Amino acid sequence: MVKKLLKSDDFKLKNCINYLAVTVALVVCIFMKSQGKLPNSYANLLVQIGYSIILAVSLNLVVGFLGELSLGHAGFMCVGAYMGTFISIQLSEVIDSKIVCLLISMLCGGLMAAFFGFLVGLPALRLKGDYLAIVTLAFGEIVRNIFKNLPWFGKAMGLTTSAVRFTKKDIPLFIIVFIMVLVTLFLVQNLVRSKHGRAITAIRDNEIAAKAMGINVTFYKLFVFVFAAFFAGVAGVFYGHYTTPVMYTFFSYNYSIEILVMVVLGGMGSINGSIIAATLITVINFKLQDALSGDLAALKYLIYALILIGIVLFNNAPKFRPYKERFAPKALIKKLTEKNRKPSDIMSDEADWNKIPTKIKMDEVLTVDVQDKLSAAQKAAKEEE
Amino acid sequence: MSDVVLRTEDLGITFGGLKAVQSVNLEIRKKQLYGLVGPNGAGKTTVFNLLTGVYQPTTGTFYLDGEELKGKTQEAINHKGIARTFQNIRLYNNMSVIRNVMVGLHNQPEFRCNPFTSILRLPGHYKAEEAMRARAKEILRIFGLEEERNNLACNLPYGKQRKLEIARALATNPKLLLLDEPAAGMNPHETEDLMHIVRRIRDEFDLTILLIEHDMKFVSGLCDEITVLNFGTVLTQGETSEALNNPEVIKAYLGE
Amino acid sequence: MNILFNGLSLGAIYALIALGYTMVYGIAKMLNFAHGDVIMVGAYALLVTLNLQGHIALGVVVSVVVCTVAGIVIEKLAYKPLRGASPLAVLITAIGVSYLLQSVSQLIFGAAPQPITIGNFGTVNLFGAEISTSTILTLVVGSVIMACLTVFIKKTRTGRAMVAVSEDRGAALLMGINVNRIIMITFAIGSALAACASVFYLMQIPSLEPTLGSMPGIKAFTAAVIGGIGSIPGAMLGGVLLGVIEKVCLSIPALSPYTTAVEFGLLIVILLVRPIGLLGKKRREKV
Repeated sequence: MVKKLLKSDDFKLKNCINYLAVTVALVVCIFMKSQGKLPNSYANLLVQIGYSIILAVSLNLVVGFLGELSLGHAGFMCVGAYMGTFISIQLSEVIDSKIVCLLISMLCGGLMAAFFGFLVGLPALRLKGDYLAIVTLAFGEIVRNIFKNLPWFGKAMGLTTSAVRFTKKDIPLFIIVFIMVLVTLFLVQNLVRSKHGRAITAIRDNEIAAKAMGINVTFYKLFVFVFAAFFAGVAGVFYGHYTTPVMYTFFSYNYSIEILVMVVLGGMGSINGSIIAATLITVINFKLQDALSGDLAALKYLIYALILIGIVLFNNAPKFRPYKERFAPKALIKKLTEKNRKPSDIMSDEADWNKIPTKIKMDEVLTVDVQDKLSAAQKAAKEEE
Repeated sequence: MSDVVLRTEDLGITFGGLKAVQSVNLEIRKKQLYGLVGPNGAGKTTVFNLLTGVYQPTTGTFYLDGEELKGKTQEAINHKGIARTFQNIRLYNNMSVIRNVMVGLHNQPEFRCNPFTSILRLPGHYKAEEAMRARAKEILRIFGLEEERNNLACNLPYGKQRKLEIARALATNPKLLLLDEPAAGMNPHETEDLMHIVRRIRDEFDLTILLIEHDMKFVSGLCDEITVLNFGTVLTQGETSEALNNPEVIKAYLGE
Repeated sequence: MNILFNGLSLGAIYALIALGYTMVYGIAKMLNFAHGDVIMVGAYALLVTLNLQGHIALGVVVSVVVCTVAGIVIEKLAYKPLRGASPLAVLITAIGVSYLLQSVSQLIFGAAPQPITIGNFGTVNLFGAEISTSTILTLVVGSVIMACLTVFIKKTRTGRAMVAVSEDRGAALLMGINVNRIIMITFAIGSALAACASVFYLMQIPSLEPTLGSMPGIKAFTAAVIGGIGSIPGAMLGGVLLGVIEKVCLSIPALSPYTTAVEFGLLIVILLVRPIGLLGKKRREKV
């Protein structure tokens, strides 16, 4: 039994390399901390990286694997941050240990966010495509608006969390955050690499065919959406325990976009990509914070914009397809490794778990070709005249 | 009477005044290979869409094994035992061949395992996965696609994509299989091969098959009964060679 | 009474923006997230003209021209290469364009809000209420523009071609309609309407910043969805409805902090009850 387990997909190096990488990073950081070589600002950065990874990976589940666009991820994080931290503050009067408070509130905050995910997803997911984007966007604004005005959460001043905030005396927060990153990765990847994950990608690739195969599309859409909202809530709870006050302004539409940029940059449907991109963007933000002040801060958003447009155009525009085949990182790596490969393992069974190219609808692409040809023909006809 | 698998009564649908299909009465017996033919735009695919719940009929109803399925969702109809393929192939292009079939197996009771079992990697998950993989291989073997199981579906040649679509539909363990132009785009050799496969799966799985096809050789070689549609109405019904030689049918195809 | 008029004029602004959304959605089948930011571009064009001592009328013309050009350029550079790609890709690009416009204008004009004065038109007494002339102006001009648009779509060749493209792009193409040109025209018209909206918006809120467009943009989109996306009368109805609701909510002390929540809540409720919007048409997907 154990032998069989070890032979299954889950234990292939390719599929657990990210656990290893995160664990190694964590161990190195703990070691540095114990040596006193990790400045406080870097410990804070680590917390930011941790919850960014949780956010990006969970959003990737919705955008990359399910193929629906959610612009309310910051809204779910907001629910988690306010509700979870609020619960934690109440608990701190009864329980002494900050860690216990954090763990309980993490679960509560996550479940709250998941509940809101259910409320929003139920109407929105019955509709096609773009509606989910706008409804989740609207949801994010509603949540912010409500938390700003409810009397229990400090109103416009934000929720003061100093009672539960992790300080120098406590165990470094980044350790807990990174353990949670590992848990998130474990749960998300297990979902993706199962029959349910297969059903989810089937819905993304061809919803009509998925329905015809008897897959309960509504259930899976809702499930993924709620699942992702849970993790966004958890990330929010971490945010609440790391900073004070929790301000509604943080969770704006812009932050949702920032998470989306991480997902797109890392590659839709690539969990490892999300991890790398989340780390990269958080570090860049951290570094730019001092360098760019005032109006120059807009440069950051300019970079985001260019990343979004550039990557999507490069991946999806029919015009760029030949370049994509030549210059995409995947193709380059393939070129480098091709010689050393045995013909038998070029297409291994696990090839498509982690990286799935963004879908392109073939018949529509064909229409475009026809269009080009037609206009060329029209031009030729005109010239003849 | 009792061995009638599919019965439609006065099935019809209108799209904003256009009667796309009207009063189609079919009666298909168990293990029958039944053909649905007619010129382009006759409403054949629309009949399939009605039978699979993509469209809701405006008139009439239909029964599978005596149970009325009108008004049910596409998913529910599939669970009840109607599976289909599509005229313009709808495979999951970014998945490997075997995964396509495994999606088809998704709802089979013997592979049931709830999402949390999978997420937490309880033993049930591994058991289900392994069983599904084995079953998918078996199905692929029938279609001669076993060797290709790890290729991406979009990299298969056209004829094999058609076969894979049938394999995937078969994986849902249907009572009635609807094939929408299964031989389209195939060369004569592949068509021949497909005829054998269709017969074989009918016998092995106790299937009833309703198919749309333009290749008359394919239809007359395979189907014992056909229905000819034209402009959404039934032109004639009955034994294949008889129906195909009906002057009305020849007129519909070739014009006056 | 005053509230009602203010609501109607705000509604007219929303309707003008919503028209841009709904037309582009109907014809290009895409959600142009950057549409709200075109308003901002128009507003800055107006500001620059006024700062250069240009007359207000000149400013309006410049604003309309700049927006139209911007709309066409955006369409050509960002959306056209993606024709035929998945809706998700187009949507994400549109968000990118929205960010691009915001950050570029912030780099040029700075993030700080800048005051702008478009003359004071005073108030008139109507039905016993003091109503500012700019409100009336917005209402009247807005209605005229919408009427013109309706006539344009119903009566002209290009307008009918637009309807054809929105019904079935493939068929329109086969009928010899230049689909790319029609989509370009749609973007141009939508952007020109956004420019008009920006002028009216600045009359009501005389200060502008790079993020000026995003909120009215999102609200106008909400209005378009409430009215039924793709439907032109729907966009007008939705816009006016949303404008009135916003002003009414703001006037009730207990509700006023929650105005945003009420508006977006309405969107969710409408989508729950009638997913295609108030005046939307049901679409059938081809299998």
